[in-house]
Parts: sequence; structure tokens; C-alpha cells
Amino acid sequence: MFYKSYQQIRADLDEQRITVAQIVNHHLEKIEEHNPNLNAFLEVFKEEAIIKAAQIDLKLKQGTAGRLAGLVVGIKDLFCLKDHLVSCSSKMLEDFESQITATPIQRLLDEDAIVIGRQNCDEFAMGSSNENSAFGLVKNGANPSRVPGGSSGGSAVGVQTDMCQISLGSDTGGSVRQPAAFCGVFGLKPTYSRISRYGLTAYSSSFDCVGILSKSIADTELILEIIAGSDERDTTSSRKKVPQFSQSPIKSSSYKIAYFDEINEAEGIATSVSQMMNQTMSSLKTSGHLLEKVSFPFLEYLLPTYYILTSAEASANLARFDGVRYGFRDLEISNLESMYKKSRTHGFGPEVLRRILLGTFVLSSGYQDAFYTKAQKVRRLIKDYTEKILEEYDFIISPTTATTAFEINSKTIDPVEMYLSDLFTVQASVAGIPAISIPLGEDQNAMPIGLQVMTASFEEEKLFSFAKSFKIT
Amino acid sequence: MNIDKETIQKLAHLARLEVTPDKEAALIADMKHIISWVKKLDELDTSGIEPLTHMSFESNVFRPDEPKNELTHEALLKNAPDHQNGFFKVPKVLD
Repeated sequence: MFYKSYQQIRADLDEQRITVAQIVNHHLEKIEEHNPNLNAFLEVFKEEAIIKAAQIDLKLKQGTAGRLAGLVVGIKDLFCLKDHLVSCSSKMLEDFESQITATPIQRLLDEDAIVIGRQNCDEFAMGSSNENSAFGLVKNGANPSRVPGGSSGGSAVGVQTDMCQISLGSDTGGSVRQPAAFCGVFGLKPTYSRISRYGLTAYSSSFDCVGILSKSIADTELILEIIAGSDERDTTSSRKKVPQFSQSPIKSSSYKIAYFDEINEAEGIATSVSQMMNQTMSSLKTSGHLLEKVSFPFLEYLLPTYYILTSAEASANLARFDGVRYGFRDLEISNLESMYKKSRTHGFGPEVLRRILLGTFVLSSGYQDAFYTKAQKVRRLIKDYTEKILEEYDFIISPTTATTAFEINSKTIDPVEMYLSDLFTVQASVAGIPAISIPLGEDQNAMPIGLQVMTASFEEEKLFSFAKSFKIT
Repeated sequence: MNIDKETIQKLAHLARLEVTPDKEAALIADMKHIISWVKKLDELDTSGIEPLTHMSFESNVFRPDEPKNELTHEALLKNAPDHQNGFFKVPKVLD
């Protein structure tokens, strides 16, 4: 039982060839088979999922089932689901029980999707390999000696190994697209503000986006259509009308596509990745698209901009963890100040501590202008430059990542080297534009390679149309 | 830019974190490395550029000012490490 898209699931349900109970059981079996080794799920809501499946089967019989009846979803452990734990893969929130449900999750539930469990990730979404979890690392289903990417590593592996049909993750600098590429699934970061973030634990508020990991563009479209759109609980969420993505016809237009010379010649890019890119580009040309080389002089400035701004915002967002209202409280304390300090120091892991310190530094008196404000200015330069390219071109393409998934523990010593694995994905995050990672194929070691396609803000429809129209070897 | 023990301790205090002496050296090295890396932005001329401070296209989002109580007292206290008589409890603040 493997379904490429929900559409096929629904057809089989409607024809009574299968039941929701059987679908849930199938994913539970996959979890039992893979999770003890891969560690993608931190908790599985087994009993609950079985009960819900029976209820939804009944609804199907009565003809009252929602648009997502039979869809089994995994959620990154950063999303709140009422009366369930949400730990952000951190000791800080190990026992935290959510009192609300995140808006995108609620919208899935309203259409009768079933949440099967919460998925491991890098602590507070800070990481690119899923090695920063307080509850153990996640392994790549294609090769368990490799990382799955991060921070939504568990969510990518969940879809990769069919433990769930789709996952909801979050993408701050590539945290959905990079693991999607490493695991051979589709990963979408929509336009900033497209999906409400109510109930998503905040890491860096001017970057954080809810993202979708799936096995097909069809599922990505359908899920985006259902979860996107304004939410009175998140005033940053866009009030723009959400198109009926899943109904939009495939347009076989010829597109103008830009690529950056700097990227295809970037240091550290794997031969297998650049070869696959070259093949893809010639096949796109053959299909009648116009490909042009464009200069992007900001490549080396993307990650420094990203790290200054996200660390600053993280240090502010994570100030709420004070051991008073919720979260871990250290008991070896003498007064209020030592309670704050010891609770935070012992509740957060090393990467989170490092980013809080860096963020505090770039916001501290005497350094704010030189670092934080400077990065905000560069962000404008990068955003304007990117938008200018996208006025002339429909898309910008690049590999999603410079290499395929790397070996576990191979990049844990030097933080900067780890940060570089997000090199190609941060541009869309800095500019706030939508981007998708599409599985292209595999390298000689059977490790997946992803193609990233970026487009202008709120042009997801065009992105999907393009992604569906071209076939890659 | 000099990142020394004193800087690290000052930052740690501002962030309400504790850096024990055995962790200082590694953190100083990490911070120096990261800061010299992000300093690369100095190569770009940004004179006359307004800092980009908001990413959402939405501004002035209003809603009616209606009192709502979506979470109960119990729900709000549920995750508290310590509470008493309906209040969060912390170590003594005043002697």
C-alpha cells in the first residue's frame, strides 16, 4: 500500500476498496518497522489515531467526511496540538502539554485528516542535520549512516519511509527544503505570511514559515490550499485570497528561468549534484524553456545576514523560557536570578545556547548598529535584488543543497561548516519568497538530490504548474 | 573585536545564562569564529539603505476589541513548574 497522492487514497476510499482504519494501520506498521532505527517520531498517537479512523470511516459511509478523510499527517514537534505534548525536541519543554491547537493543524483536522504523531527535529528548529535534538538524532531512511537534514529531519524521514502521507514542518532558512532534498521528497516553503503561525513555536519571527513535506506536488497543492490564508490569531498572516491550487490546470507555457553562475561553480558543490543540475537544465531547454545565466553578487553574504538576524530574533523569542510559567525549572537554585540562569542553561542544548549568546551580542549596546542594523540593510539589498531578477524571470533554479546527505557526526565540530549546508536555501528565506525542493534523482550512492525552484511572492500557483509540467530523467 | 572571558560573562548575564569557567574557552573560540565570519557584511556599502524591519505585507490589522477568555486559569497553570493558590510561584524576591 503506497500512495503517491491523496487523490488516489480518496478514490480508493470512495470506491470502498480500502478503509481509513486500514490506512492508519498501514502507517502504524511502517512506524513500527522503521522508527526504532530512524527515530523520526518522538511520540505516536496510536490509540487516538485508531479511534479517529473508525469515526471517519463512519463519516465516509454517511457522506459527511471532510476533504482530507484518510490523510495521515505527521507534525514537527514545534506545533501545538491541544492536550498533547510539544517539546521542540528540547529538555526545556520535555513535559509541556499544549493548551491550544496550531491553526494549520486545526485546518487539517477540520477536514478529517488524522495526526499520527509528533516528529523529531533540531532543538527549537536550530540545525541542519537533526543532530541537535535532546531526544536523539534522526537517521536518513535512504542510508542510516547519513543525516536526514534539518531541522525538519523527522518530518522528511516520515514521508520518505511512508510512516505518514504528508508532514507539516517549519522552514526558517531551509528547514523543510534541505531535509526534503536529502530524503528525496517534495518540500515547500511558501511565501512568508502565507500560512498562519499561530501555535507554531517561534524561532525567528521575520523568517519562520510553515512548510509542507509530501510525496507529490498534488498533495502539496491540496494541503497549502487548505491551511493557507488569514487567521485572526496571527496578525502577520496574509489576507490575500488563496487560490484553489489543486484545481488549477497545468499550463504548458514556456518559462524564463534564471540560474546563478556563482552557484554552479560554488566551492564544495558535489560533482554528482552539478552533473544532475546540468542534465536538468538541458532537459528544460529541450522542453522549450529559456534558461539564462544571471549574476548574483550576494551569495557569500546570504548566510552571515541570515545568522545575524535569526540569532537576534531567537534570543528575543527564547527569552520567554524563564522557568516561571512553563518549561524546565532547575531545582538547585538560591534566588530568582539563579533560577532564571540555571533553568535556561540546563534546559537548552549547546546550539541553542550558542545562538542566544550570538543574538544577545548582535543586539547589545555598542554592537547593534554594526551587526543587527547592518544585516537588516543587507537584507533589503538582497530582497530587492532577488525581486528584480524575478520581475524578469519566472523562476530561479539551483540545487537545493550543494551535496547529498552527509555522514552523521561529520560536521558537528565547526558550527560555520554546518551553517554552510543551508547556502542555497537561505536566499528565499531572506527575501520572503516561495521556494520548493523537487526530488531530481540520486547520486551513485543512491542518495537523493533535490532541485530548488524559487519564484516571486504569492506565485505558488506558477511554481506548482512548473513543477508538474516538466519530467526529469 | 575582542571577545574575551569578560564579554562572554557579560553576554551570558544579559541573556540570563550561566557560563561555567570550563566552557569559556570553547565559547570564546566559537563566537570569535562566527563573528569574524558574519563581519563579512562590512564589505558591502549600505549607505543610504533603509534597514528592512518587517517582512509581512500586512499592516494595521484590526479586529473588534471584544473581551475573550480562551484559556482557563487551570489551563494556564497546568505547565507551571510551581504554583500556589492560583499563582505562579518563584523563589523569594525580597528579604
